Amino acid sequence: MIEIDNITKIYEGRPAVDAVSMTIESATITAIVGTSGSGKSTLLRMINRLVEPTSGEVRINGEPTTGMAKNALRRRIGYAIQGHGLFPHHTVARNIGAVPRLLGWDKAKIQDRVDELLDLFSMPPEEFRSRYPAELSGGQQQRVGVARALASRPDLLLMDEPFGALDPIIRTRAQADLHRIQRTLGSTILLVTHDMEEAIQLGDQVAVMDQGRLVQHGTPAEIISNPATDFVAEMVGGVDRPLRLLSLLPISDILEDGAAEGEPIDEKTNLREALSACLWSGRDSVPVERNGALIGHVTLKAIRSRAEGSHELG
Amino acid sequence: MFAVLGLFALFAPFLTLAANRIVAGEGIPVWAVAAPEVTGPGLIAIALSLVLSLPAALPKLRLIGAALGIVALVWLLMQGSETLLQGAGTYARVSLGSGFWFLFAILLLLAADALSYLAPGPLTRGVLLIGTIAALVLILWSGALTDLSIFKEYASRQDAFFDAAGRHLGLAFGSLAVAAVIGFPLGVLSHRNETMRSAVLPILSFLQTIPSLAMFGIMIPILAWVGTTVPGARELGVAGIGFLPAFLALVIYSLLPVVANTVAGLEAAPPAAMDAARGMGMTRNQRLLQVQLPLGLPVMLAGIRIVLVQNIGLAVIAGLIGGGGFGTFVFQGLNQTATDLILLGALPTVALALVSAITMDILVELAQPNTTRHQ
Repeated sequence: MIEIDNITKIYEGRPAVDAVSMTIESATITAIVGTSGSGKSTLLRMINRLVEPTSGEVRINGEPTTGMAKNALRRRIGYAIQGHGLFPHHTVARNIGAVPRLLGWDKAKIQDRVDELLDLFSMPPEEFRSRYPAELSGGQQQRVGVARALASRPDLLLMDEPFGALDPIIRTRAQADLHRIQRTLGSTILLVTHDMEEAIQLGDQVAVMDQGRLVQHGTPAEIISNPATDFVAEMVGGVDRPLRLLSLLPISDILEDGAAEGEPIDEKTNLREALSACLWSGRDSVPVERNGALIGHVTLKAIRSRAEGSHELG
Repeated sequence: MFAVLGLFALFAPFLTLAANRIVAGEGIPVWAVAAPEVTGPGLIAIALSLVLSLPAALPKLRLIGAALGIVALVWLLMQGSETLLQGAGTYARVSLGSGFWFLFAILLLLAADALSYLAPGPLTRGVLLIGTIAALVLILWSGALTDLSIFKEYASRQDAFFDAAGRHLGLAFGSLAVAAVIGFPLGVLSHRNETMRSAVLPILSFLQTIPSLAMFGIMIPILAWVGTTVPGARELGVAGIGFLPAFLALVIYSLLPVVANTVAGLEAAPPAAMDAARGMGMTRNQRLLQVQLPLGLPVMLAGIRIVLVQNIGLAVIAGLIGGGGFGTFVFQGLNQTATDLILLGALPTVALALVSAITMDILVELAQPNTTRHQ
């Protein structure tokens, strides 16, 4: 558990981060979202003390970070940034093994860990281990950057716009990969982004920052259905809000027994896709399958009531 | 175009014959330096080498042509100087004429041009350099050119020549070493500290703009004063003229390239990689040794190259204030209007600078960090 306690950073008399407090539960993803200049990157960088807070403190599992040696603290925290920041003169294996090497792991252990991570990121070790960053695609470089940040099994992974330099298609895949890997490893991730869509897709919790202040902190559904300020409402986007909300709701929420006509959809998708299937094929309901077997159906009417319901909340 | 220039150069005086080492000599065209059966093959070889330089698409052929031409030049020098001196009197001197220099320059340009087309790797260049030096040493060692005036100048001051060479190398490399020892830490500090950088670089730039003669002018009274007032300083060799002021001036001139290139080299690492290095908990020295130095080394070595070539040239001026080195011969020669004595100082300096420049270029290339597997 990471506790950020009333943390403030003042630059030239003006607060860049203004008395922010929040708690990040272990094994969750928290997405900090805000426009540029909102203080979100400064907040992130105060956690591994790349920026020293003017006041307030951060505690990792109850232990204040100010009591630890800076470099020892940073070696416990993974750090992945926009444009990957890989060392151009080191191979993929050496890049990923950077922090374990700083921690003095023995060679065999580092090599095993590198291969394990490459496998996890679907990059066959024997093919990628000895390549240099310049020989990778943008998406591969980004994956190596995240693998490097995860190499020493850190307590916490900080990510500053990790997908910012990727094109949209690769970006969607990278987000899905991160989600899968976070669930597999149970990592605690704090991710900074300017993209509300990304925050909603990835975050178990979303924290919205505006002019140095934390204006709202809650689940994506809460943020969408109940924006605390006009700024948050604007970030969430007016017309797309019902669709964004539906994309967060699982099929199981409104699954009904019985059959329906036409092509089935998978149980693991969300209500947004169910709505899309209804509209595209002109049906009032679609069958739902689990592992290829039909388990029921969802109706357009039920989807609509969920979207409306969310609107009433707002 | 070079081939046409080369043909014209064949008509210029190849060697000059003078009654003694001071008076102006009489120019002698290349076909008249020796008997026709000797000059004939040489002339044909030079003409052939110029023809070989024509096909632009065949750089290897051009390189071979240039090498052939240079061999022919040396052959003509050997034969010509010996023949011309026969019966010309005890004090007669044979010197290199404008025709020789033109041809030599053209053939060198042709060789350099062909080489740049071939773009050999650093190791090949190293082998070529060593081969060329070996050939040069062999020609000089064999005594084949001893009849030329410049070698007579050499023969009469053999000990002084090697003494000057040692001094010259000491000045150039010694000042470089001292500048590197001071300049590298200064560069690292300037890189880390903005205030320091904004003070150090302008001061060094200013020092760099002082003309070398003015620098000696400043140095002489200061060191003379130190030498006479500080006890024990004179015994350590501190004096207004001599080796020390020349050495110090060279160190001062060397500092700017060393410091500026160290700073530039340390900044060569991508900012994102540096941020990541800091964020993953590398200490400042780990970042310096593992990231900045390997990525910045070529830029830093390029600074050393500038300093080395600059100092080999500047060290000539040390001859003016009794600092020793090849400059001694240059200024003696100027005073006596003995061209060949000037050349005795100038040619080794040029050769030294060239060899240093090529060697440093090879080192800079070898220092490039691997960023792909196949290089």
